[in-house]
Amino acid sequence: MFQRKWAKHWREESVKAGLFLCATVSVLTTFAIVWILIREAGVFFQDVAVSDFLFGTQWTPLFDPRSFGVLPLVCGTFLIVAGTALIALPAGLATSIYLSEYASSQTRSILKPVLEVLAGIPTVVYGYFALTFVTPLLRAVFPEVQIFNAASASIVVGIMVLPMVASLCDDTLRAVPASLRQGAYAVGATPVEVTLGVVIPSSLSGIMAAFVLALSRAIGETMAVTLAAGATPKMTMDPFVGIQTMTAYIVQVSLGDTPAGGIAYQTIFAVSALLFVITLTMNIFSSHLLRKFREVYE
Amino acid sequence: MISRSLTYRYWFARIFHGFCFVVAWAGVVILGILLFHVTCEGIQWFDLQFLSNFPSRFPEKAGIHSALFGTLWLMGFTALFSVPIGIGSGLYLEEFMHKNRFSRFIDLNISNLAGVPSIVYGMLGLVIFVRWFGLEQSVLAGSMTMSLLILPVIIISTREALRSVPNTIRQAAFALGTTRWQTTYAHVLPAALPGILTGIILALSRAIGETAPLVMIGALTYVAFTPEGPMDDFTALPIQIFNWASRPQQEFHELAAAGILVLLLALLMMNSIAVYIRHKSEKRNP
Repeated sequence: MFQRKWAKHWREESVKAGLFLCATVSVLTTFAIVWILIREAGVFFQDVAVSDFLFGTQWTPLFDPRSFGVLPLVCGTFLIVAGTALIALPAGLATSIYLSEYASSQTRSILKPVLEVLAGIPTVVYGYFALTFVTPLLRAVFPEVQIFNAASASIVVGIMVLPMVASLCDDTLRAVPASLRQGAYAVGATPVEVTLGVVIPSSLSGIMAAFVLALSRAIGETMAVTLAAGATPKMTMDPFVGIQTMTAYIVQVSLGDTPAGGIAYQTIFAVSALLFVITLTMNIFSSHLLRKFREVYE
Repeated sequence: MISRSLTYRYWFARIFHGFCFVVAWAGVVILGILLFHVTCEGIQWFDLQFLSNFPSRFPEKAGIHSALFGTLWLMGFTALFSVPIGIGSGLYLEEFMHKNRFSRFIDLNISNLAGVPSIVYGMLGLVIFVRWFGLEQSVLAGSMTMSLLILPVIIISTREALRSVPNTIRQAAFALGTTRWQTTYAHVLPAALPGILTGIILALSRAIGETAPLVMIGALTYVAFTPEGPMDDFTALPIQIFNWASRPQQEFHELAAAGILVLLLALLMMNSIAVYIRHKSEKRNP
């Protein structure tokens, strides 16, 4: 009897320990990411001053005269993000308004899976779509558009993050209590006045959280911008010319024949570290906003 | 707004409704255009030869044999690593851990990991698995990187599935004197299984299309053999598609489209399985 109890206890504790080990993997992953980025970027920053890297406006690490100013890559990334925001945020919000305020449950059951499929399409497919469909279309309308251009990449990244904006905003809008809507209808508001005047303002922090998360996704997007936006780092706000994003640069170096260990190669770790810091900040900001929203309604 | 006439207000309401309707259905139209475009471009190359040939610089001889097998190997090992660890973490976090400051830290940690760009996971795989573990560009290095990438997705969906199991089931089991693990293993886990499986399939369908981490760890773009073990070099479908799409010739773009068709078919298959499981479990406990 005592022995069986002991065996039971022993099994219970060892299972618990095993499951705990599984859970530590994700914590270790986080520490490993931070640690390798600091370590490898540290090698880079031994040769290049941090201020030269962050505020320099020339990015020519692979050929002479070498210059390690990351701003052209940041500028390229933010050009893509701006284009994405222009498309995905209003369209995503409008879709979520349709889903939560207007659509019947039957329509929802058709639209939601379609959006899920749209969200599940691999990014390399979107890159192909940009290159072979969107770019030719743009060039037919605006002849001055280059083969590789930021506009086409922004459009597909916009399509890519739209489902995410729509589904996150939909969750937020549906969390707004029905009593608020009923109150507005009771004083004679039209549907649009209820939506824009009551529902949206009361779920603003949740919507903002969705927006920030979607833009952070756009910053980290890699294959679509590598295929469609080109590989020429430059400081421009012209969406019709080729640019290079931070992620596309990392891919370019790892596909090319840059010898590992040299300063040119170490740049990818510095750029990744910057990418990681930017996206992490945005994600934390987004979850902070979402927490504020939840505090009000849940 | 109040001073405006009623006619105007109702007119505006209708316009806004119409606008939201058009935007929402535009997503469906775009999906249709995308699928139509890919099919039109790729269907002429989509035949048995395409599936059985190795890549080649002559478009008419090129195929995805090695990429297809590479993807199968990669997915097999990714599932092998990520499924037990993911379910284990989910079980620990949801069923065994007390809610305290440490649990909040892990919560925050996992949701942040889910938002890390996939290319950063590629850097992690490059430094740790490829260089330190000395795994080179092997299937093993690729699938370990992929596992870390989809682990947060599996953990989050496992926890959601566990949370949806009613507490009465646990209490009934405890009342009969079972230990926590017996309760979890025999009662909670079976009840949560459909949800967990759905989450795993969706996570794997994300992994099957991921390209950036594989590019980072240096998965080869030209491989004229199929892997025979976990230590062999490999290429994968999305890498092959990327390689073809980044070439200037029209023929290779069409080959990329044919490759995309194969990838989308695989995704469709996985998604239908997930939908089927969800549907079946909803029928059982409505």
